[in-house]
Amino acid sequence: MTVEMKLAVTANDVRSFSETNSEPAWFTTLRESAFAQAAELAMPKPDKTNITKWDFTTFPSWTVESDQVNALNELPAEVATLVDGESQHNVYVQRNNTPAFHKVSQELTDKGVIFTDIFTAMREHSDLVQKYFMTEAVKVDEHKLTALHAALVNGGVFVYVPRNVVIEEPLQAVFLHDNAEASLFNHVIVVAEESAAVTYVETYVSTVEEAKGQANIVAEVLVGDNAQVTFGAVDVLAKGFTTYVNRRARVGRDGKMDWALGLMSDSNTVSENITHLVGDNGSADSKTVVVGRGEQKQNFTTEIRHWGKDTAGHILKHGVMKDAAQSIFNGIGMIEKGATRSDAQQESRVLMLSEKARGDANPILLIDEDDVTAGHAASVGRVDESQLYYLMSRGISKQEAERLIIHGFLAPVVTQLPIEGVKKQLTEVIERKVR
Amino acid sequence: MSTLVIKDLHVAIDGKEILKGVNLTINTNEVHAIMGPNGTGKSTLASAIMGHPKYEVTSGSIELDGEDVLEMEVDERAKAGLFLAMQYPSEINGVTNADFLRSAINARREEGDEISLMKFIRELDKTMAFLEMDEDMAQRYLNEGFSGGEKKRNEILQLMMIKPKIAVLDEIDSGLDIDALKVVSKGINEMRGEGFGCLMITHYQRLLNYITPDKVHVMMQGKVVKSGGAELAQRLEAEGYDWIKQELGIEEEAEQDV
Repeated sequence: MTVEMKLAVTANDVRSFSETNSEPAWFTTLRESAFAQAAELAMPKPDKTNITKWDFTTFPSWTVESDQVNALNELPAEVATLVDGESQHNVYVQRNNTPAFHKVSQELTDKGVIFTDIFTAMREHSDLVQKYFMTEAVKVDEHKLTALHAALVNGGVFVYVPRNVVIEEPLQAVFLHDNAEASLFNHVIVVAEESAAVTYVETYVSTVEEAKGQANIVAEVLVGDNAQVTFGAVDVLAKGFTTYVNRRARVGRDGKMDWALGLMSDSNTVSENITHLVGDNGSADSKTVVVGRGEQKQNFTTEIRHWGKDTAGHILKHGVMKDAAQSIFNGIGMIEKGATRSDAQQESRVLMLSEKARGDANPILLIDEDDVTAGHAASVGRVDESQLYYLMSRGISKQEAERLIIHGFLAPVVTQLPIEGVKKQLTEVIERKVR
Repeated sequence: MSTLVIKDLHVAIDGKEILKGVNLTINTNEVHAIMGPNGTGKSTLASAIMGHPKYEVTSGSIELDGEDVLEMEVDERAKAGLFLAMQYPSEINGVTNADFLRSAINARREEGDEISLMKFIRELDKTMAFLEMDEDMAQRYLNEGFSGGEKKRNEILQLMMIKPKIAVLDEIDSGLDIDALKVVSKGINEMRGEGFGCLMITHYQRLLNYITPDKVHVMMQGKVVKSGGAELAQRLEAEGYDWIKQELGIEEEAEQDV
């Protein structure tokens, strides 16, 4: 059955937008084809959350115009504080759909590193972007939302780190949402070639109370042989969005992928974070923390799929649910036939702060190989009484004790983020959300 | 001077009466030891003083300087000057020892009068050095992955940083090797003085070789059955508890861990 889409754009709009945007022909074609497929493809079916009534397709306008700035301090304080001032040399700020601020150090440019917005990358490095754009990690035709995403991409970042280049300082992207009409179809690609290393940290921040658009976000990470990528993300999108966010990696031999995701959006959200350990001896560590509040409904799937031998995958998910928020935490460790001596571990814990909140930790191990190790731990519960008692016995009030325990519970991702401003912001968002 | 007065205290867990009328008065500048066989209610007394939610006080009273302790929440008891070094301290992931201690100290101060970070760090460093603790213990998560000895030392660190009026130490010596026991005792002895009173609960006389108590009490079957000076502990060490049972005509009963 095909569900009819009521879209604000037509195939003609897609073509003319692409042309006006001076996109390479291959991308115009890709958009057009994706647009046609979006009408036919089925919606994704996140495990245990029924999204058939969610609206992923209507939005007031495809793109909005926003001002560029010459300096970070011209941006709203919510953005400026995220960047560690002058010491942060590589920053990209996108305001709604407009690349608003960008700086990259000469050192990186000299080493052949590319760190720019996705459209500039398409114009200047067309072949390179074509090679990785929805070819290896996420595919256009997976379902309606990936196809829609490909057709409507209106922002994003391209990161390319050549062979043997190790970048010590994190690359930072900030996606500012300060126009309620805006929709975010951002596409991020991070490529680390053989023996390269990079840390990329992105933040989504809404400064409007209520969004009217869509957030359909895809990030693809390609970790070459012996390469290392750390991907940090903090999402703080406003309610009103229907958020689909897909962050996926493909890891080569001896490669290493670390995810640190602080998913703090107030919107209804489907989040997918999948890592394919394709080469032998690759490893992935995926940490996710979540706070749900209000009436929001969310589904978080974290999956590590082992294809190569001797691969290691660790999943940690900690969620705090308050008010009448509902969340499903699917954690999947999948070991394919032939991935001998692989290790799949996961831990999912949900802390409930109110009677009406619902949280469901759903650990799944799918194993098609004998010589492997795997394990999972899952729990759903309230703040531990004996911990509260212990803290209170030192004079700490019940409220403050709960606060400490919750912050501690969500610390695994906070401590992982390499940029002070982002760390601080996540801590403050947690503070605000759990209060 | 501060005084903790416990009168005819009866305490039950899950409806079963464990303490059956405990009377005890502890002043600052005094160290009391409570000894007794397993399952006689020693730890129950400690938990009831601090206000553990599982322990129900069915009758009797606890007062600190005339204030009704039983009316207070756990944190209020702590702020009034009580402290319990726990037998099994909780592990709290993601909360560093240092952050926790600073919260505990600031909980006693008015808003706007919080301890300065520099002063706090100075005091923490000094106290940790005194207790021969590794510097990295300050930044480790509270009790998480601490060995038994490290946890006990950490309880004493908190005691010394928080400086309560009256501390209850619940089996602070259990599971400690002799070096750790010496360090822990050194901490407690350092606290002794005008502003500090202490109630030590222990199975073993050994602790009292390092901390000489002013008073020793023996607890059996939910009551303090005998009190004396330090010499009482020595006699218990030499002769066990049977002579007291005989003297008081106490029947044997099955041991239980409470």
